[in-house]
Amino acid sequence: MNYINQVLKKSYFMAEMEVRKLLHDPTELATRAIQPILWLGIFGEALSKVRAIPTHGLTYLQFITPGVLTQSVVFTAIFFGLSIIWERDMGVLQKFLVSPTPRLALVWGKMASAGVRGMTQIVIVFLFALLLNIKLNISLISIPGTIVLVVLGSGFFTGLSMIIASLVKTRERFMGIGQVITLPLFFASNAIYPIQIMPQWLQVVANINPLSYMVDGLRSLLVSNSPGQLPVDIGILLVVTFLISLLSAYMYPKVVV
Amino acid sequence: MKNQNNAIITVDHLLKKFDSFTAVNSISFTVNQREVFAFVGPNGAGKSTTIKMLITLLKPTSGQVLIDKHNIITDANNVRRVIGYVPQMLSVDGSLTAEENMMLMAKLYDIPGNERQKRIDETLTFLDLQQVRKTLVKNFSGGMIRKLEIGQAMLHHPHVIFLDEPTTGLDPVARRNVWKHLLELRTQFGTTIFFSTHYMEEAEEVADRVAIMQLGNVAAIGTVDELKKETKKKNATLEDAFIYFTGATIQETGNIREIKQLRANERRLG
Repeated sequence: MNYINQVLKKSYFMAEMEVRKLLHDPTELATRAIQPILWLGIFGEALSKVRAIPTHGLTYLQFITPGVLTQSVVFTAIFFGLSIIWERDMGVLQKFLVSPTPRLALVWGKMASAGVRGMTQIVIVFLFALLLNIKLNISLISIPGTIVLVVLGSGFFTGLSMIIASLVKTRERFMGIGQVITLPLFFASNAIYPIQIMPQWLQVVANINPLSYMVDGLRSLLVSNSPGQLPVDIGILLVVTFLISLLSAYMYPKVVV
Repeated sequence: MKNQNNAIITVDHLLKKFDSFTAVNSISFTVNQREVFAFVGPNGAGKSTTIKMLITLLKPTSGQVLIDKHNIITDANNVRRVIGYVPQMLSVDGSLTAEENMMLMAKLYDIPGNERQKRIDETLTFLDLQQVRKTLVKNFSGGMIRKLEIGQAMLHHPHVIFLDEPTTGLDPVARRNVWKHLLELRTQFGTTIFFSTHYMEEAEEVADRVAIMQLGNVAAIGTVDELKKETKKKNATLEDAFIYFTGATIQETGNIREIKQLRANERRLG
């Protein structure tokens, strides 16, 4: 009980400091807004004219909006591993590890921090979608549901990035691996086209890709209004995020060795 | 193994192997309470690996270490509660204020909520940083940053404070100022200070005892006078003793990563 209390309390402290950093310098939010704006404003607009992708009664911009939100959240989260390497090089990580803080709290703290940043992406994507006249379901269910999915998705990819950081150990290698992992994860998902139009082997990959579950959940909440699959999406994300946090707590202290 | 009466750190046949490479070769030594203990040696001698084991960052291959009667393997969490650590690199967060940096450590060290602010105020006053408590740390000078890091490490009143190259890159005035506060820390709180350094004159000036590491072994240990005496040289310095025991000068050593880190640190310090 004491351990769980320590984990929850200290995860909160770590996340709180990340929020303070964002408040001191919110310019990061503006720079992070560029990517989703480009995806929606250029890629989405262009492909919506082609009408080559089956979107089950949705406009292509509606279809792609949850995917763009997911992509921007995942790309933010995946580079948290880079911050672990930077913190290792600066000695910050060593200081945290030498304190009486459970390893799991340090992982959950980072996951929660990524979740907070992810939430700012929700606001950016929603505002831009509004500007492009993309019809989204904004309700008392869809907003908290979106937050839950974004926090879980951020958490999973933050945990994954911390594991990668503990294996590759240098910024240069991490940048390379980060690119190699994030783009295939994005393209091997239902973010910008439905899984059904993929080749069979890619459908298998997309169906085990957690990113697909995040997109699916967001799509059912925000545009398709059919939340039947939502508990499954949230359940799967919850389980994989929890498991990856345990693995990450075991692995990432090795980055200092 | 029995913890000696006055010893706060007892290292007994500490061994660390990375595959077939022996980084620390079954070393034994003790550090006494309230002692200022310097750890010197060329890069690659095993000092950093030893410190990493003592502060619970790295598991030994074999051997035993007690810190304030707590075993670093079986009782790591209690070891963490009685030690403070200042890494070589500048490890405070520049995008937070001095007070926020301190607050995070106060929370991570479980200082009770009703005591945190008082403890932070006392520490910032002790380090002459009270005036800049609300300033973002990225605007601090190198000396101020180092003092803030010491503040973070002493906030929970540790019994032992470990400092890895604490004054690297600081100018002589800042270096003197940092040591003034560290020695006051010992006077006021009875804190034992364990530090590694490349600066022989620094070890000579402040350390009660010095251990010289070489190729994973403790080549020599003793007071500065005892080590100098071993060289059998008239007017010997600690550097002479270092050369005598290791056969190398400190500047001849260091790998590319360590040199890059050192230079990055110096750049940050301006």
